[in-house]
Amino acid sequence: MSDIDIRKVLQEELNNIAPEVDMASVDPAADLREVIDIDSMDFLNFISAVHHRLGIDIPEIDYPKLVTLDGAIAYIGAKLGSSTT
Amino acid sequence: MQQATTQSGIIDTSYREAVREAIRDAIKRDERVFLMGEDIGRYGGCYAVTKGLLAELGPERIRDTPLSESGFTGAGIGAAMAGMRPIVELMTVNFSLLALDQILNTAATVRHMSGNQCGVPLVIRMATGAGRQLAAQHSHSLEGWYAHIPGLKVLTPATLEDARGMLWTALEDPDPVLIFENVMLYNMTGKLATDAGPVGIDKAAVRRTGRDISLITYGGSLWKTIEAATALAAQGIEAEVIDLRSLRPLDDATIMTSVTKTRRAVIVDEGWRSGSLAAEVGMRIVEQAFWALDAPIGRVCSEEVPIPYPSHLESAAIPQTPKIVAAVKAALGRP
Amino acid sequence: MVEFRMPSLGSDMEAGTLVEWLVKPGDLVKRGDIVAVIETQKGAIEIETFQPGQIEQILVNPHSKVPVGTPLALIRAEREAKPGAPGAAPPPTAPTPPAAPVPPSPARAPVAPPSPRVLGAAVRARVSPAARRLAEERGIDLSMVTGSGPAGAITYADVERRLGEAVAPPERKRPLWLDLDAMRTAIAAAMERSKREIPHYYLEHQVDVTACEQWLTQKNAMLPPDNRVLIGALAIKAAALAARRFPAFNGFYRDNKFEPAQAVHIGVAIAIRGGGLAAPALHDADQLSLDELMSQMRDLVQRTRAGRIRSSEISDPTLTVSSLGTRGVEALYGIIYPPQVAIIGFGKTVARPWVIDGAIGPRSVITVTLSADHRVSDGHAGALFLAEIGKLLQEPSKL
Repeated sequence: MSDIDIRKVLQEELNNIAPEVDMASVDPAADLREVIDIDSMDFLNFISAVHHRLGIDIPEIDYPKLVTLDGAIAYIGAKLGSSTT
Repeated sequence: MQQATTQSGIIDTSYREAVREAIRDAIKRDERVFLMGEDIGRYGGCYAVTKGLLAELGPERIRDTPLSESGFTGAGIGAAMAGMRPIVELMTVNFSLLALDQILNTAATVRHMSGNQCGVPLVIRMATGAGRQLAAQHSHSLEGWYAHIPGLKVLTPATLEDARGMLWTALEDPDPVLIFENVMLYNMTGKLATDAGPVGIDKAAVRRTGRDISLITYGGSLWKTIEAATALAAQGIEAEVIDLRSLRPLDDATIMTSVTKTRRAVIVDEGWRSGSLAAEVGMRIVEQAFWALDAPIGRVCSEEVPIPYPSHLESAAIPQTPKIVAAVKAALGRP
Repeated sequence: MVEFRMPSLGSDMEAGTLVEWLVKPGDLVKRGDIVAVIETQKGAIEIETFQPGQIEQILVNPHSKVPVGTPLALIRAEREAKPGAPGAAPPPTAPTPPAAPVPPSPARAPVAPPSPRVLGAAVRARVSPAARRLAEERGIDLSMVTGSGPAGAITYADVERRLGEAVAPPERKRPLWLDLDAMRTAIAAAMERSKREIPHYYLEHQVDVTACEQWLTQKNAMLPPDNRVLIGALAIKAAALAARRFPAFNGFYRDNKFEPAQAVHIGVAIAIRGGGLAAPALHDADQLSLDELMSQMRDLVQRTRAGRIRSSEISDPTLTVSSLGTRGVEALYGIIYPPQVAIIGFGKTVARPWVIDGAIGPRSVITVTLSADHRVSDGHAGALFLAEIGKLLQEPSKL
């Protein structure tokens, strides 16, 4: 799965939570919780959705790595990469 | 030109004449074929189907029988087992019950009972259905009962082509075939190709295409159903009409293809609702196409009464166009 | 015969629009079954019946707007309940403050053996098999789809339409039944009334939640995301348990007197994107295990944001909790939702230097606030109530 595909999945799932946000215009280095205004329940739902969709385990301790779009893509890319070897 | 040839080869005819032509053709084609039944010779048949055939084909081939359905149906079975290709005519499906033992216990079972040593290549024709004010002992539609019986094939020609073409194909079948002719169709007229001949009997036919709902019917109800589909089209509802043609075996593939497309179905069957052929078709849809359904399956069947004699009550007892239209609208949730 | 009436779902509700019937004449219903959907300023509310029996007659057709108290349907009570039997009556007819629906008087209503034809506990919206499969394949939430088929069933075409909307411009993705303008009007009315009528007093208390955080970290580490618990769930459970011990904060102020509530139904303040707010009830929050509470809260938040709240969830809350979680500010001072008598606020978790056993160390701290009705309780009781919440949060494993 390429970074572009991962980005697409993440943007879709975030849009499910925040439908009015134009994900293309979101700064990929910004804290998602701030820029698209999601609370802890939204964030948990986001993690759940990514877990179900991509089949990767995201422990709570790793949450800080996923608070930006770039961070989340890097984290998931690494997870997916290591699981296929 | 091709078209000119085709044009010149079309005649105006009736359902009755098409059946008669089918009998005449079969008898001329195959020396093993003969027709027997009550009043079919000198009288010309109670629905005048065989009028003139005795004079033309002779008493060996057109045989009047005593009033004993069980006796002459049994004789037909014996003749078939012995190598003939008999056509037995029973006046109506109600009277066929006198021969039910022969049909069910003998014709349908001999191949099985004999360990496949012999079969019964017999064709039984009979009239069915209401509409002629013949009251409760001559007007029922019991073809669905016969469709229950393994070992039989059950055909319901509804068009001129099928009236003309199903008999020969049935005679070629190595096992017993029952042909039900709806009494209201005999006077139906239309165009038929002069070279019309045998037709297949194993497929249902889509008589009208549509995207919104599948109307599944056969025999005399076909034309009421097509009329309903035409009325519905004027209101923006496109109904697909399926003529089953064969009630046993049923052509599941054609039914499911249609229902999967339209996602809704109403079955129109002149039999009584309880334990009807409509019930069988509906259940098969549920078994095979449940996930394609968008609405409960509807049924338009006869009221559960003996068919009454008075014309207005007889008419009210059986499926009619307005009832079909109403059932379709209910399935679509339309007012 | 009992009249099922347009309920009052808020102190300022005068009329509601019947959107959809989920039952038809002849259907058997039992207490708690959802029988209709009603459009109010708070959005579409699923209305439950408190009268078991058989639907005798539908009196009001969909899309009609009728005043609160208007009979919507007749329900034939089980056995031979007298017409208009006391206790069987639906919520009050006048636009009075929302009543927790009155249960049928136990003395009057002999419990009939359950009929085999009783509708399932959750009366589901009718969805055709084709629609259900398409929705499943394409990940469409059926609660967001409006049915157009027979008896309001959701059909294949309805799901297709919804699919079309899902790829349409985002502003159209808002649930059809969530009218934020109407919701804002309702909030305005309720808050205005609260500040006009209720003499609030405010207390705050800083609570060390390090134990909660550590306990949750340990618990969640072993769980998939679907089963993880948020600190907000601990906060609600602690508040509910404390409310059980301090009944002066759990109930309603009506007709110049306080009516303590028997059960603890916590109103969970839920922000809705675009500027809405609702606080539907998490029923019997004090009785739920933490896992149950979390899963019900998740469901409640999701349904509220999708515009599918049930009538009992609107009218039942006995005490409201607003919890900010990990974001926002350190403290919030809520306005009581009338006729309730208190609201508890949990600010975000912050790291603070803290004195433990004479030494300073870093701890996670939440500021818990209480806004309470001075007609019902005093600051002293409020302080004890807040302190109790703080104590309960020191031993999360016991929550």
